[in-house]
Amino acid sequence: MTQDASFNLGDDARDALLPMHVRLSETGQILHLGPTLAKLRRGRPLLGEDLFNVFRLRRPLGVRAFSELQEFRHKRLQFQFIDPPETMLNGMMVADDATGSVLLHLSFGTSLLEAIQDYDLHLPDFAPTDPSIEMLYLMEAKAIVLDEWRRLNLRLQSAKIAAEEQAFTDTLTGLKNRRALDHVLDRLVAAGEAFGLIHLDLDFFKQVNDTLGHAAGDHVLQVASDVMVRTTRAQDTLARAGGDEFVIVLPGTVDHDHLLNLSERLISQLEVPIPYGNDVCRISGSAGITVSHGGAKKVADLLAEADQALYASKERGRGCATLYRPGMAQISAAPQPLQKGAAAGR
Amino acid sequence: MHGLVNRAIQCFVRDTYSPESWERLARLSDLPASGFEAMFVYDDAVTARMLETAEHLLGKTRETLLEDIGTYLVSHENVQALRRLLRFGGETFLEFLQSIDDVPRRAHLAIPDLELPSIDVIGIEENTFHIGCTWKQAGFGHVLVGMLRTLADDYGALVLLDHQGEDGGVETISIQILHDEFSAGRPFQLAAEAHS
Repeated sequence: MTQDASFNLGDDARDALLPMHVRLSETGQILHLGPTLAKLRRGRPLLGEDLFNVFRLRRPLGVRAFSELQEFRHKRLQFQFIDPPETMLNGMMVADDATGSVLLHLSFGTSLLEAIQDYDLHLPDFAPTDPSIEMLYLMEAKAIVLDEWRRLNLRLQSAKIAAEEQAFTDTLTGLKNRRALDHVLDRLVAAGEAFGLIHLDLDFFKQVNDTLGHAAGDHVLQVASDVMVRTTRAQDTLARAGGDEFVIVLPGTVDHDHLLNLSERLISQLEVPIPYGNDVCRISGSAGITVSHGGAKKVADLLAEADQALYASKERGRGCATLYRPGMAQISAAPQPLQKGAAAGR
Repeated sequence: MHGLVNRAIQCFVRDTYSPESWERLARLSDLPASGFEAMFVYDDAVTARMLETAEHLLGKTRETLLEDIGTYLVSHENVQALRRLLRFGGETFLEFLQSIDDVPRRAHLAIPDLELPSIDVIGIEENTFHIGCTWKQAGFGHVLVGMLRTLADDYGALVLLDHQGEDGGVETISIQILHDEFSAGRPFQLAAEAHS
C-alpha cells in the first residue's frame, strides 16, 4: 500500500481533531490518549495499560480478546469503562498505517449529559466540528419547551374539570343536574352497587311561584336544597331533576325504615315556613322511595318505581313518603280524593 | 408574535416591577387576563399595544424599556434558562460575539415557529464589533444592547456598547471589547443542574 505523507498526522493534530481517540499497539496496549479521553480517567494513568483492562466491550457481543477485535475494524463498536463512572462510549477502530498502530476513535453517544456532569467537561473539550454542543443546547431547549407544554396541559386539564363540574351542576341550587344524575345512576347500576333512591317533589311550590313571583320560587328552591344537603351525607348524590323535582341517591342505603325516616325528616323540615321579604312561603314535599340491590334492575325501571311510589304519596294526600312495592301501579291507579293540606305519615 | 416574546415582556413587568403592575398593564392594554401562553402565537398588534402602554405606565422611553427587558432576560433568576442557552455560544465573550449569528439559528432549531431577528456581525475593526440586527419590529436592537451588556458582565468581559441607530430597517450596535477576560464572570456548566 502506498503511503501519502499528507495523511501522516502527528499526535498533536490528532488530539485537536479527535480529542477522544486512543492509539493502540497491535496487541491492544494504550500508546497515546486524546486530551478529553485522558480527562475521563484523571486518577489513573492509562498509558501502557491493555485496552481490555480499562474497557469492557459491549458490542460486538462475544468478543473477549483484543486479537478477536481486529476483524471489526471500520465497524460500530461500543465500550464501557470497567471502573466507575462506567460511562458508555461509541467507537470505531482503524489501522494507523503511518505508525503501524491502531487508532480507536470514541465519542459519547447517549451518555453525553451524564459524562459532562461526571467529568466537568467544557466547550474546549469538544472539537469545534463535534455536534455534541448543539445536541446539549437542543436537549436543554427542548426540556424547557416540554416543560411549558406540560404546564399548559395542566392548566387546560383544570379548566376542563371546572367546565365539566359546571356542566353537571344546577346553577340555581348548586346541586347536581339531571345529566349528572344519569351519570351517577348509570355508574352505580353498572357496578352492581346497592343503593336507595328518593324521588322528592315539592308540594305547593306552584302556589308560591304564582302568588309571590319567580324570585320567591327561586328562594324556596334554594332553601329546600339546603335542607336536603343538611339532611344527607357527603357521599349521597342530590340532584334537581327539573322544576320542583329532586332525586336523592344514597349509595349503600337500602334499609326501608331508614329511608322512610329520612324522607319524613326531610318533609317535616321542608314544612318549616320560609320567610321571604314581608311574606312567608309554606311548602311541603312528597316522596317516593325505591331501592336497588345491585341486580338486573335498569335505571329507567328504578326511576319509574320511585315515580309510582311518589304518585302514591300524592294520592295519599301529599306531605308523606311511600316505599315502592311491586304491584303498586294497579293500586295507585285507582283515583282517590286529594286531602287538603300537608299531612305527615306513611 | 410568538407567545414566548409576549411572555418575556409579561415576566419582565411582573418581576422587575410587581404583579400589580402587570395586572394594570394587562387591563389597560386589553391583554389576556391570565397572561400569555408561551407556546401560542399572538397577533403582532397585541405586542405593539402592550409596549406602548408599558412606556406610559412605567414612565420610560421605548429605548430604555427595551434595553431593560434585554438586561432582565439575561440576569433575572426567573429566566436563568435563557442565559444558559446563550452561554452555549462560546467559551469567552469574544467567541460568543464571533458566533452571534448562530443565536437565532439555534433558537430556530429548538422552536421552529419562533421568529427572531436576524443578527449578523457586519464589520470588525480592531477591538470593535459592528452588529446588524434586522426585524419586522423596529427596536429589537435596544433589547440586544441590554442583553449584550449583561452577557458581557456574565462572561467577565469589559466592553463599551453603543446603539448607533437604524438605517433601512437595520439597527447597528457597536461593541468595543476593552478586556475579554476582565473578571471571572459567572460560572457556566455545560450540563444544567438536574431538571425538575
